Amino acid sequence: MENILIYICIIFLLPLVSFAIQLFSPKGLKDLMAYLSTGMLLTSTLLSSLCVYAFYNDSSWSTTDWAIYNALKLIEIPWVSMSDFYIGFGMNFDKPAVVMLFVVSLISCLVHLYSIDYMKGDKRFSRYYAYLGLFTFSMNGIILSNNLFFTFVFWELVGFSSFLLIGFWYEKQSAGDAAKKAFLVNRVGDIGMFLGIMLLFVHAGTFSFNGIQFAGIDHNIMTICGLLIFMGAVGKSAQFPLHIWLPDAMEGPTPVSALIHAATMVAAGVYLSLRIFPFLTAEALHVIALIGAITAIVASLIATSQYDIKKILAYSTVSQLGYMICSIGVGAYFAAFFHLITHAMFKACLFLCSGSVIHAMHHSQDEIHDHTKDPQDIRNMGGLRKKMPVTFVAMLISTMSLCGFPLFSGFLSKDSIVAGSISYYENFHGLTFIIPALIILSAALTTFYMFRLIFLVFFGESRDQSIYDHIKECSYFITSPLILLSVLSFAFVFTLPNVNPIDYHGWFYNMMSKTTPYQTLGFDMYAVAEGMHHAHYTAMFFSICAAILGFLLAFVKYYLRKDVLSLSTNSIYIKLRELFNNKFYIDEAYEQFFINPFLYISKKASIIDWDYYDQMFIDFWGWITIKLSKISAVLDYSFLDQYVVDGFARVTNKAGKEMQSSQNGVLQSYLFSAVVGIIILLIIIQQLG
Amino acid sequence: METSILSILIFFPLIGIIGMFIAYMLKQDDIIYKYIALFTTGVQLLLTGWLYMNFDPAIQLSADLLAEPVKFAVQLPWIDNFNIQYFVGIDGLSAPLVLLTALLMFICIVASWNISKHVFAYFALFLLLNTGMMGVFLSLDFFLFYIFWEVMLLPMYFLIGIWGGPQRKYAAIKFFLYTLFGSVFLLLGMISLYYYSGMQSFNLISLISAAPSITGSLWGFEVKYLIWVALFIGFAIKVPIFPFHTWLPLAHVEAPTSISVILAGVLLKMGTYGLLRISYPLLPGEVIAFSYTLAILAVINIIWGATNAIAQRDLKKMVAYSSVSHMGYVLLGMAAIVSSSPAGAQAGMNGAVMQMFNHGVITAMLFLLVGMLYDRAHHRWIVFPDDYEDAEKAGKMGFGGVANKMPVFSAFVMIAFFAGLGLPGLSGFISEAFCFIGGFTAFKLITVIGTFGILLNAVYFLRAYQRIFWGDEGESSKELTDITKREISILIPLLILVIGLGVYPSPLIEMVEPTVQTIIDIVQSAI
Repeated sequence: MENILIYICIIFLLPLVSFAIQLFSPKGLKDLMAYLSTGMLLTSTLLSSLCVYAFYNDSSWSTTDWAIYNALKLIEIPWVSMSDFYIGFGMNFDKPAVVMLFVVSLISCLVHLYSIDYMKGDKRFSRYYAYLGLFTFSMNGIILSNNLFFTFVFWELVGFSSFLLIGFWYEKQSAGDAAKKAFLVNRVGDIGMFLGIMLLFVHAGTFSFNGIQFAGIDHNIMTICGLLIFMGAVGKSAQFPLHIWLPDAMEGPTPVSALIHAATMVAAGVYLSLRIFPFLTAEALHVIALIGAITAIVASLIATSQYDIKKILAYSTVSQLGYMICSIGVGAYFAAFFHLITHAMFKACLFLCSGSVIHAMHHSQDEIHDHTKDPQDIRNMGGLRKKMPVTFVAMLISTMSLCGFPLFSGFLSKDSIVAGSISYYENFHGLTFIIPALIILSAALTTFYMFRLIFLVFFGESRDQSIYDHIKECSYFITSPLILLSVLSFAFVFTLPNVNPIDYHGWFYNMMSKTTPYQTLGFDMYAVAEGMHHAHYTAMFFSICAAILGFLLAFVKYYLRKDVLSLSTNSIYIKLRELFNNKFYIDEAYEQFFINPFLYISKKASIIDWDYYDQMFIDFWGWITIKLSKISAVLDYSFLDQYVVDGFARVTNKAGKEMQSSQNGVLQSYLFSAVVGIIILLIIIQQLG
Repeated sequence: METSILSILIFFPLIGIIGMFIAYMLKQDDIIYKYIALFTTGVQLLLTGWLYMNFDPAIQLSADLLAEPVKFAVQLPWIDNFNIQYFVGIDGLSAPLVLLTALLMFICIVASWNISKHVFAYFALFLLLNTGMMGVFLSLDFFLFYIFWEVMLLPMYFLIGIWGGPQRKYAAIKFFLYTLFGSVFLLLGMISLYYYSGMQSFNLISLISAAPSITGSLWGFEVKYLIWVALFIGFAIKVPIFPFHTWLPLAHVEAPTSISVILAGVLLKMGTYGLLRISYPLLPGEVIAFSYTLAILAVINIIWGATNAIAQRDLKKMVAYSSVSHMGYVLLGMAAIVSSSPAGAQAGMNGAVMQMFNHGVITAMLFLLVGMLYDRAHHRWIVFPDDYEDAEKAGKMGFGGVANKMPVFSAFVMIAFFAGLGLPGLSGFISEAFCFIGGFTAFKLITVIGTFGILLNAVYFLRAYQRIFWGDEGESSKELTDITKREISILIPLLILVIGLGVYPSPLIEMVEPTVQTIIDIVQSAI
């Protein structure tokens, strides 16, 4: 096992090294540096695959008990230690962590490779690679951290690198706005998460994930804790109502969208929810399931009316993340993790394919010197399957996987989630039928909007012949990741040695199913497992029907171009389309009800603070003091000095003048005065005596 | 060396001033004053470095050094008739602030290299200010403390009033009067402590045991309570705590760059330092009774400061209001001393002391960076005000696209801004998080409101960053050139502290923790 420890440390730190060398790399060597970083990530990928292999083989790690985590405190670095307050940075290696580590390293490596061509000639080429390194490092941190405090630390760092990469082309106003929006919306979720962590700390006295469910904390408090921490996941995994940042985040370079905003970072919320799953109470899980289902349906409805190729995929990501969150909510722990992994593969593939199309469109436009058309708008594409065969096939495979067609990985994981939601209904009945209904409906919608995309982009006639003529398939840097990822979208990858396409049993299930925690504060996990087992075939029936239905609708409408039931002239249909097209006016609502009022308050606050409070109230005391001092000056000089003090002088003066007459030089009057004086003196002396 | 180092730290700048006088007599060139100031603060910085190396966090100050000697501390009779002593000493509470003062002083001398108006007076006043600040942090006799507290005011008044911006005279007089108003309360509190404690002493350490036993009442209030209120007002004006905060934006904006750095980096901390050094150990009962109010004031500071910062169009004013908000975190952490959970009290109090240091470093960086932008563009409007003198610019963006013009500068600003908004890995995060954790263990609802501060802080920093550095190249950004080596060299030490303490905060915590624990024990024993 020592080797594995060293491997993990290398995997964890290599991206940070890559970040550092890219930051200080000399300008002339930037191409070489890009290869170097790619090599580093390739090393990470290989080492993490060794780790996965070791964990797969080592039977001593396959304890079903959640208490295994206590035994896994292998490394712990004290970070802050006071007499009663301690935070250490510890690593948590277990099977989910190791598998996640592999997925992140793999996709990051492929994106590094892809970007060598895609980002060629960008003036901040090295900076781009540095940010990718920082992101990968922080993501590894989230995966490995064994306590909530450090999860939060890396959580924020991931948000920061996402901010940098969304705003990578910061000259564009829209890119800057999107980066800012992403960071701030995530902060809203993070406030909740931070409060949840603090609340948990107050009651459990620890930040650690381990054993919270046994700490005997009050049930209602655990519900609040769980939901607050889950708020962080709502922000990062773009769940309703904080999903608004993710579609805007498509302003970043497309490989970044593939890595961060599809495969890994947005899945961090799901990963966190899996980590805290043992201490999520049943009440919290109900809320989580509902949020996930709402997200899935809202996002897929919006996706049906978008025209920007990346926006469609972004809403699809939001919808799929809703699936995973809902899956956690219904207690289908394994299904959520499975979908997280399969989704990472095929969604990364889809984004990289879209990047390939956009890249080709861009180059073609460069050649004909015509930049009037948006290279991301699917209405400007069409018929590309002949020009870009590799991209087409890869995109088709990953789309089929996303839509859940048999033979592909998405079928297996999606099917488990549908089974989980049906079993949830079986266990609770009543209103909970909404959850499976929404899940199945959005599965149909997913197939519809994805094949709409496929038909509009790759089939039919090209909309602009001059652009079409100059379109070329991209280089191997771009196509080889596509090929690899599309292979990884097949079902057999996850089910070997079993090759039955509708049975998810295989190496992955054997390895992961045992990590499902059974002692939780939430549902009875045995009942959930039992229910899922029963719902298996029902779920399969519904999901295949949904997929076929969606496909047929898209086929008729966008391939055959038939106007079914003359919908396009129906007024309700048009109104609905407008609603979806405007994303349910959620952004506008935030603007109207939160942002604008707050900015107004802040303007008023600054006026109150300065113009009223300071200038009027505080300076009023200054004014009063000046006035008082003026009054005292008047009293002092005009009255006291001029009137009283000088008054004595005047009296003396006047008296002197009056007395002058007595100083007349007549001896008798002097003598008379002297005698009178003596008599008065004598009387006084007599009186006193 | 050990017994004289603190006195050297305090009075060495005065020797520098004497040196300047001699140079003045000899009719030297202006540059000599700058070199004398640089040398003086450089020596001071080296001495604090030596102090740091030899510092023992376990130092416990004692009231009578003859009976119980303490490392570095000195106690000499000064005015015997009133039992006033020259008593200086250093412990974990003052050590980080002394280091911060020495570092920022040195940096500010380098940052003021371009001063050309009354050079002699500027640097002499700067060194006098230095003596005042060091004295405040090292004094253990209330009378001595008060003298240094006042000594600091005078140079500040002239430094703002002569070298400041367009409204400098108004700003200087307002700062001076406002602070003097606070000093009056401080003086009242000090004299009452002297008489009512029955000790006839200003010795801050011996008062710790004497002050809690003060009895008696005045005008229907307990004397102890009145003393607490008087000291609190005196210190609150310095922090500044809402509603005594409005001198701050004005003074910070009108002061020259280096003075803003000192104001925000060091002077504000004197308020919270005074509370922790004097009010907390001397009047623990009142601290406990008042802590709820303090927590509310803290959250008002956080939210009100940030809300105002969002509305500012002047970058420097925005940073000034951000200081109001960030000092709120310190207060919240301090209020957490009453927390019933030992971990919460420790997190809060250590967080507060760390935040004093970290905010000093981060805000110094912010003001230096704002100053560098102002030196180049001669304005610092994020958005020009609607009634700007040049009607064509009114209401338009001040900059835009600076990131491409000044890449190194914008990288520094990004780090400073993100440190300000509390990004993990940078020093601001850890202290803010601790203040919140501490606050939360004691006052749940209030802290929940306070946490919205972390969102609001992000709003104004990100908005300002986007408007100045991103987007199309604006009119004012056309002629900008990137920062020079001298400017980079003064930012580097701050950068190292911001990243270093963000990644590994233990050195700072180890330095302050034992002393903070002593304060916690004193206050908690009064519950």
